[in-house]
Amino acid sequence: MNTATTSRYTSEYRNIGPALPGKILPWLQQLRAEALVQFSAHGFPSPREEEWRYTNVSAIEKKLFSPLANLSASQIDVSWLKSYQLEDVWSVVLVDGHFSAEFSVLDGLPETVSVMGMADALTKQPELLEAYLGRAVNNAEHSFIAFNTAWFTDGLFVHVPARQVLEKPIQVLHIATQADVLATTRTVIIADEMAELRVIETFAGLANAYLSAAVMEVFVGANADMTLYKMQSESEKAYHFGGTYIKQARDARFTHHNFAFGGLLARSDIHVDLDYASACELNGLYLGVKRQHIDNHTRINHLKPHASSRELYKGVLDDRARGVFQGRVIVAEDAQKTDSQMNNRNLLLSDDAEADTKPQLEIYADDVKCGHGVTVGQLDESSIFYLQSRCIDEETARNMLTFAFANEMVDKIKIKGLHDMILEQVLLRFPQEGVEKEWL
Amino acid sequence: MLSIKNLHVNVGDKPILKGINLQVNPGEIHAIMGPNGSGKSTLAHILSGKGGYEVTGGSVTYQGKDLLEMPPEIRAREGVFLAFQYPVEIPGVSNIYLLKAALNSIRKHNGQPEVDAMDFLTLIKGKVRLLDMDEKFLYRAVNEGFSGGEKKRNEILQMAILEPRLCILDETDSGLDIDALKVVAEGVNSLRSPDRSFVMVTHYQRLLDYIKPDFVHVLAHGQIVKSGGAELALELEEKGYSWVEQAAA
Repeated sequence: MNTATTSRYTSEYRNIGPALPGKILPWLQQLRAEALVQFSAHGFPSPREEEWRYTNVSAIEKKLFSPLANLSASQIDVSWLKSYQLEDVWSVVLVDGHFSAEFSVLDGLPETVSVMGMADALTKQPELLEAYLGRAVNNAEHSFIAFNTAWFTDGLFVHVPARQVLEKPIQVLHIATQADVLATTRTVIIADEMAELRVIETFAGLANAYLSAAVMEVFVGANADMTLYKMQSESEKAYHFGGTYIKQARDARFTHHNFAFGGLLARSDIHVDLDYASACELNGLYLGVKRQHIDNHTRINHLKPHASSRELYKGVLDDRARGVFQGRVIVAEDAQKTDSQMNNRNLLLSDDAEADTKPQLEIYADDVKCGHGVTVGQLDESSIFYLQSRCIDEETARNMLTFAFANEMVDKIKIKGLHDMILEQVLLRFPQEGVEKEWL
Repeated sequence: MLSIKNLHVNVGDKPILKGINLQVNPGEIHAIMGPNGSGKSTLAHILSGKGGYEVTGGSVTYQGKDLLEMPPEIRAREGVFLAFQYPVEIPGVSNIYLLKAALNSIRKHNGQPEVDAMDFLTLIKGKVRLLDMDEKFLYRAVNEGFSGGEKKRNEILQMAILEPRLCILDETDSGLDIDALKVVAEGVNSLRSPDRSFVMVTHYQRLLDYIKPDFVHVLAHGQIVKSGGAELALELEEKGYSWVEQAAA
């Protein structure tokens, strides 16, 4: 072990503490201080750690990304920003890691529901946050979490009280506008008993190198229902780290749709804790081109009996892109009657593309139904010939088949505006002439 | 329409077709019969442009053009249609989407304007009725989960939409019960016209009870060993393939 590595970030960020939100909250100051100690001791994760063996983040250490103290006054291309903003949603826009009141749309929220920037929430609802912030994650888990806890500048806070069903989805739009900027955001979402909501996370950036490091903690109460969509369309030079940590109470349902399209190096961690008879569904689609490295790391903890989990991740990798899938399902001794199924399917479009896939089942209970399957393959030549024999040229045939492979995941999106936006992005990657969208 | 001259084809080092000669004129139906392994399906594949074969000699001329020079999609756009022995399942691509893309590829190839969604729907619904198919088939993924009969009917539906000049039917009757065969045969018969030709590759004479050929050719060991009219098929049915194979030997 090389414990001598002290991250440059520790020294460079020494003086930013006073500019961070929540400095009058002792509990948060303590949380940040502990996280700082944790990060100082370990630095960024190293490929020597099992959960990071395929993903080397040393480039982040070599560069230095810096947070902005305040919302930048720089010019934002409004039409570009709006192209990612959905209609008919409540939206919180975070520009370079800071809440933008100008672009956020929160009119008509039910009074009992809270949707606001994290810095605002630390002022307005500190008691609630004290009870939740940091409770779904563990700083010791890995140092991106410690990094985030120590230095987050803003984020999203959502609280939906018991039995409240939110009609419109909430979108949190993360926008990066400047080179070398660090956007560290923390999100806390609390859905009380029987509440229902849909949340969309969108990440987009202009063509600069920047680091987006977002941690989200989700608490789905008893018999509550939440669907979370993530669309990661970072710039092609960007570094993205997104950690989503979900705690599901008894009978709670949680569905995640994770679309990873952008970034030079992008990593997502999704960890779910399942209580008695709760159910989760994790879906993912990653499309890698050029030299992109896209890593998805999921962990499902079956802690109590009768819970179910379904997971399907699909990857399409072209050029020299590399896709990583590490999926762990852990069934505790007490978690009898667990029903779990995990699948990862990869399509390689080039000889230089690579897929590393590692499903892991750890089962400590004896009466469970658990399965997993993994494939890494190429397009089927007989299918290509069939399409050619039906007048389709070879390139279009390949695009049609690849698109169809990916579209299985797009089809699962139940919010029309988001569905169309993502469909557009996938079609852009695999173009076909004269598309009738309703016939896809 | 189609002129095959002294065609030799190998798979790897192994000769499969050893000097095929066949002349198909507009409006004619030719049946190619023969025992398993005689090279029937190879002939169908070679005409449609499937990879994995090596032409070692001879020529295939289609409407005055060198067919073997064209990639498969150009042959299809020029009016050559292969109805597959085993239609391929294409998960995630709907039937109607593929059909419209195919039809518009042909129209573009011929310098015609593309059809829009509305006109296409009108066209396709008529053809679906003709083949006694459920409209729901249009919105399902191509051949995915279709029964054997449904797959073959779907091939004929595609043929009806694309209106090819040369239809190659590869073992269209195999795996069909008599009712499904009748529907498929009716579909094919409805497409007969003075400027459309058919080459039907089949192992069983039964198909020819429903689609009457103008010529029957018997393929054995990579060569056409006997040619005749529709009556040849009946003779084959009675005497078996060993009769012609022996006669040729």
